[in-house]
Amino acid sequence: MMELQTITPISVGEVVAKAEQAKKDGNRLVQIGCTKIEDDFEIIYVYDKDYKLTSYRITVKQDDEIPSISGAYFGAFVYENEIHDLYGIHVKGINIDFKGTFYKTAIKHPFSVTITKEGDA
Amino acid sequence: MSKQITIPFGPQHPVLPEPLHLDLVLEDEKVVDVIPTIGYVHRGLEKLVEKREYTEYVFIAERICGICSFIHSQTYVQGIEQIMGLEVPERAQYLRTIWGEYSRLHSHLLWLGLFADSMGFESVFMNAWRLREHILDDLEATTGGRVIQGVCKVGGVRKDITPEKLDEMLKGLKSMEHELTDLNNVFLHDSSMKHRLKGVGVLSKEDAYYLGAVGPTARGSSLAIDIRETGYGALGKINFKPVVEHDGDCYARCAIRAKEMFTSIDIIEQCIKKIPDGPVDMKVTGAPNGEYFSRTEQPRGEVIHYIKGNGKKNLVRHRVRTPTFTNIPPLVTLLKGCELADVPVIVLSIDPCIGCAER
Amino acid sequence: MTLFQMTKTVLKSLFTRPATLMYPAKPAKKTANTRGHVKINPDGCITCRSCQRKCPSQAISVEVKEKTWQIDQMRCVVCAVCVDVCPTKCLTMDNQYRPAMTARGGVETFTVAGPKKKEPAAAPADGGVKPAEKPKE
Repeated sequence: MMELQTITPISVGEVVAKAEQAKKDGNRLVQIGCTKIEDDFEIIYVYDKDYKLTSYRITVKQDDEIPSISGAYFGAFVYENEIHDLYGIHVKGINIDFKGTFYKTAIKHPFSVTITKEGDA
Repeated sequence: MSKQITIPFGPQHPVLPEPLHLDLVLEDEKVVDVIPTIGYVHRGLEKLVEKREYTEYVFIAERICGICSFIHSQTYVQGIEQIMGLEVPERAQYLRTIWGEYSRLHSHLLWLGLFADSMGFESVFMNAWRLREHILDDLEATTGGRVIQGVCKVGGVRKDITPEKLDEMLKGLKSMEHELTDLNNVFLHDSSMKHRLKGVGVLSKEDAYYLGAVGPTARGSSLAIDIRETGYGALGKINFKPVVEHDGDCYARCAIRAKEMFTSIDIIEQCIKKIPDGPVDMKVTGAPNGEYFSRTEQPRGEVIHYIKGNGKKNLVRHRVRTPTFTNIPPLVTLLKGCELADVPVIVLSIDPCIGCAER
Repeated sequence: MTLFQMTKTVLKSLFTRPATLMYPAKPAKKTANTRGHVKINPDGCITCRSCQRKCPSQAISVEVKEKTWQIDQMRCVVCAVCVDVCPTKCLTMDNQYRPAMTARGGVETFTVAGPKKKEPAAAPADGGVKPAEKPKE
């Protein structure tokens, strides 16, 4: 019933170029999401036009820096600040940079560590 | 040269339903710049995938937000079913659509009440919430819960509705229609409301598209983006058209929500006429292995759940991108250039659900 | 200038009863399906612990040796999964909410009947009889 969804892997250097290309084609930014798998982090950029999704995936490590796409899409700053605050990945050049105060949590970068309490199943 | 002062708005404010903080930079009553801050109700729900299996996680997914709770659980369950390749029985799809549209009705009535309250019009607030009680009664009688329904599960739904109850629900909705029309008259035709809403907070079509506006915020600026047109659930077999307005101001966004209530009643009526007989759930074994983006239309816009599993009982990642999260950049653009007294009206016109936005 | 659109509704509600209910002096309106709180019939429980495994908020704990069934009413989210999976149907969902508490509490413990053991048959020919029903793991 749903259409087939494919995610294209790209390299970190192509992120900004693909964003500009997507904007020229008339796509809108849907989301930027991050997943932690073992020691790598996967970041997925999703664009949409006429209900068709185009997604790109990059794989980075904890200390890598990724460029911001807020030059092309102004609204990307919410997603990139969230990735920085929850996962600790540094994003260079965000237009409104909260510098770590977007979410104030008791433990810094909570989604990048797994903590178990005593007595919890 | 005029001086600039900074005024904090929120997180506690009589008008805001949920905590949101805005630093308004003012020059003589006109807003020049806005810096939003969220993070007051961040619960980190997405981290609970490590602790709960994918069948139990439905209960966490529906508690992300109280107003849009049913559609969150429907989106999550739909995503898991797509990854595992399950064919859900038709009756379950129709029931989910009916409950989803009831959810939309109750959310729009709630919003109309809050919007009137933000302008000081308390009697309309009380009246809208009195009408909302009829919807919540129907939800409680069929699912057991007024706000959190707890009725979706992987493979179908947990409860069924008898045909007599369906007819009773339809009669109740039809008799409510003329009261809804009276309520809409106050919002759409009253001069004092029009004076406060027309021309306030204008969002152009270009800005709305590239800043990522969704839902009534985008449809108020002539963008016809409504994910219900992709035909998830039983919506592929239902005829309806999305409601679009062209002015881009607060009046247009209010008018869309007022008119969408009638579209919802129409969808429920079509579903009740077409619902087939049959089972409402199916047996589910195994675990999801793969990834998928599941999209539905919440009352506030497009919600997208990204689900990734690797064959074990616990998922690897579940990410929710809610419509309010992506409506924050348009809010920043809308507020520039307006007067200080219009700020509450504009903030409420995008329908902020900060509990959803921060999970 | 169209003013006073609200007049019709205001006049109507001046002459009808208030729509609110004096809860908790009057009981809340309930339906048959309403999820209020979980009740157990202790004689029916066989300590299979399905409810403990399926509870999403881990509010139920069962001790097989001491034959007790305990629920923390404050952790329970009344989702009714335990009611659905219980094999002997000894759990029911009552439709009244539990009253609010002013101090910590809410943990209820019941002593339950436990699994039924069948009596070993008298003098079998081949000797050696094991108990027919063991508590399920």
